[in-house]
Amino acid sequence: MRLLRAGRWITGIALLLLAGVYVRALAYTPMERMQGMAQKIFYLHVPAAIWAETAMILVGLASVFYLFLKDPRLDRFAAASAEVGTVFACVILTTGPIWGKPIWGTWWSWDARLTLTLFLFLLYMGYMLLRGAVSDPGERARFAAVLGICGMVLVPFIHFSVYMFRTLHPMPIVLKPSTPSLPPVMLATWLMSLGVFSLLYVGFVIQRYALSYLREQLEAAGEARNA
Amino acid sequence: MRLPEPLRHTWAVASKDLLIEFRSRTAIISAAMFVVLVLLVFTFARDPTAVAAIDLAPSILWVTLTFAAVLALNRAFQLELENQALDGLLLAPIGRSSIYLGKLIANLLFVGTVELIGVPLLALFFNISVWPYAAPLALVIVLATVGFVSVGTLFSAMTVRTRVSELLLAVLVLPFMIPPLMWAARATGPLLAGRPLSDITGWLKMLAAYDIVFVGLALLLFPATVNE
Repeated sequence: MRLLRAGRWITGIALLLLAGVYVRALAYTPMERMQGMAQKIFYLHVPAAIWAETAMILVGLASVFYLFLKDPRLDRFAAASAEVGTVFACVILTTGPIWGKPIWGTWWSWDARLTLTLFLFLLYMGYMLLRGAVSDPGERARFAAVLGICGMVLVPFIHFSVYMFRTLHPMPIVLKPSTPSLPPVMLATWLMSLGVFSLLYVGFVIQRYALSYLREQLEAAGEARNA
Repeated sequence: MRLPEPLRHTWAVASKDLLIEFRSRTAIISAAMFVVLVLLVFTFARDPTAVAAIDLAPSILWVTLTFAAVLALNRAFQLELENQALDGLLLAPIGRSSIYLGKLIANLLFVGTVELIGVPLLALFFNISVWPYAAPLALVIVLATVGFVSVGTLFSAMTVRTRVSELLLAVLVLPFMIPPLMWAARATGPLLAGRPLSDITGWLKMLAAYDIVFVGLALLLFPATVNE
């Protein structure tokens, strides 16, 4: 199947480039004065965070359109995006504490941003559990869409309550209204990493999409033979 | 004066559920017993010499109400599973939103009753004076309850038709309950400590916004959970 092969190629290239980003981040990007080696995690952590949140929004949007159009492709995309989002949420939740221990002195704090990520992870898990618990494909797609939309709406609520707490988390230094306060070399490395993560997202999603398409074909074939 | 038609339909659905509840009374008594038992668990799991009751009271209140609500939420659509009652309800010439609102009202009254039992018991068991703050506390509880019951009612319409309905509902709805629960607990603390109402308006606004958004969203999404 062409789509699956394309997905594999994109993922393969992205993984190679990811190795390149590692090399650049470790060897060719200057050390941050205050945080030292620990700051290197920033190049993985932030792009993964951006894509984990974007994936949730894409799940929600695909769900909205699914409820109007009832196109199974949208449902397949939402499912694929949720799975990839889960993986990225795991990346944030593992790299975050590794950075937090030397810098904050604690693996975990109930900081607003950490909480948001954890919620994102829980929403993704719930979404996939619900998909797994419903056997009828049409019903599964509708239920998942309802949950996906609710999840998308919940995220800004957690985001708002973020500002009502004191926070330990570094404030955004790249995605902020004024110009990024990052040295150009670091910014370049970070942007490359963001590009690589975008490519990874696309590659993973295409693969998952193609796999769920194949699975549906198999199920349909099995039902046709049983009938 | 006659109420507009959708409202009458809503009330018909709600009163049907409440009547079933009132006739058997098993669910409400179980839920009330559950609240009593959870409060007892907290009583005995707490070292009274280490932590003052007033510091712990908001947490105990909200943990108890959350678990009671999760257990209660399953009931609304569980009722409709027997004899394909849901199909009958869907075939009735009433709007989908009336069905959802009816279920929501029945659930709110059910959870509200449980809360009416739970709060005085909390005051009794932990020797906290609740009476002087009754009105603002009721406001916080109502705002939080509307928020998470609206989401829970929507989700329970989906989970009842899955294999592990009770557990799945809890897993799905708890992430949605935690934000209002957190705001409510933050509001309850200063309230019970005798602080003025102006200290907690921020939390009350968040709760109200959550209620409006999720009741509206659930009304829009509910048809997708029942339509074939």
